[in-house]
Amino acid sequence: MEEGIPTRMGDGSLTRMTRSEIKADIEAGTKAAAAKAKVPPLSDVEQEHLLDIYASKARFTAVDMGEGVIISADGSGTRHIGTRQNDMQCFEQLLGADIIELWHIDYSFKAVKTVLPFEQQEMKDCLNVITSPMQYGAMPDLGRYTQPDGPIANWSELMPLGKIDEARDAQLEAVEQAVDDMVFVADGMAAVGADGIDLDTTGAAGDADFLAALRATEIIRKKHPDMGIEMGMAGEFVLGMHGQIEYDGRRLAGMWPLAQLKAAEKAGATIFGPCVNVNTGKSGAWNVARAITLVKPCMAEAKIPIHMNAGMGVGGVPMCRYLPLDAVSRASKAMVEILRLDGL
Amino acid sequence: MDAAHAIASGMCGMRAAGDLVARMQMTRGMRLQPAKEYVAAKLGVSVEDLVDPLAMSEVRREKGLGTLIYGECAEPTEPQVMEAKFHIAEVLDVPIACVDGFKKRAIA
Repeated sequence: MEEGIPTRMGDGSLTRMTRSEIKADIEAGTKAAAAKAKVPPLSDVEQEHLLDIYASKARFTAVDMGEGVIISADGSGTRHIGTRQNDMQCFEQLLGADIIELWHIDYSFKAVKTVLPFEQQEMKDCLNVITSPMQYGAMPDLGRYTQPDGPIANWSELMPLGKIDEARDAQLEAVEQAVDDMVFVADGMAAVGADGIDLDTTGAAGDADFLAALRATEIIRKKHPDMGIEMGMAGEFVLGMHGQIEYDGRRLAGMWPLAQLKAAEKAGATIFGPCVNVNTGKSGAWNVARAITLVKPCMAEAKIPIHMNAGMGVGGVPMCRYLPLDAVSRASKAMVEILRLDGL
Repeated sequence: MDAAHAIASGMCGMRAAGDLVARMQMTRGMRLQPAKEYVAAKLGVSVEDLVDPLAMSEVRREKGLGTLIYGECAEPTEPQVMEAKFHIAEVLDVPIACVDGFKKRAIA
């Protein structure tokens, strides 16, 4: 009888699976991704490598010496201790982050616009005590522009009423305002010397959300040629809340990571962050196999660095608050070694 | 989580040369290997040295690129933070916005 190996589910809970069960989950995960996104499944060699990583009792695992990648630690200004500045100093001095990110608790460009001078001062203060490159992060967050939070008719209310044209018009109106807000904040951050801007969780409100980020990126790139622009996605598949929006002649709804990357490159992003959400009812091995399969087509064609999202609930990292080291390190090693990522 | 990623697969920032390679990705959109090779060439070290904290601490001191303040008990007379960023911009031949802003505002 095969021995049970301690491993994690997508919700972080500890379970035991045999090597054969883990192998079957890896195969099922890659097949599920291949069927959905119409991409090749992982090769036998890649699946075997993944199996070696996951069929292990080790408390921690890591890539080989010399194979490290860049960690763009979005969310590094969380108030774990003291102030945001204290926290970012800790990320630089103690936690080994390569890129430090300042962010506001609302994490939305629309909200940040109203407190920009305070955020600029915080950024400037941080730049005076932090040597590592610093970016400012927030979400395009298109939903914030709808009533009752914002001024624009709520397309989620219009669509059930059959007012499809009105819902589409509302989204396009929101795009214009979101672009203005993102550029406004980026201008403010550039003025105080930020090294980059992070348009994070792009596409969370669907294809119009993605369009807003792409258009903002185009403008920011033209205005600030040397500013880093990281575009991180909200999920593996762009939802068609509008359904007809195109960028560079291609429909945004339904885009998988490779097409998302091409759009981000065209707009002028310098770092692209693909995102694959975790299925909490499946094992970590299943989720990582699926995530790697979906992102792999990006790696051969990317002209800019790929920093895969690998936080809570994405990129095979479990969806839970206190993440187990064994689960994070396995996902980290697996994605970096099999995909040959540029960063996380 | 962040510490787990940094230890499992990161370049460990200023402990080695992660921050320098990161600058080339952010500012020039360079992929990982070309960015590592570019930084290694500018520093006159091998790509392998970029993740070796001992080798890099010597290089960083020698070139004034800033070192960890708490971990290494850096001397206060050595370049730190903004001073170090002036050197980083020069050594990597890459613009650093806050350095340019500092020059603009400090030298009227």
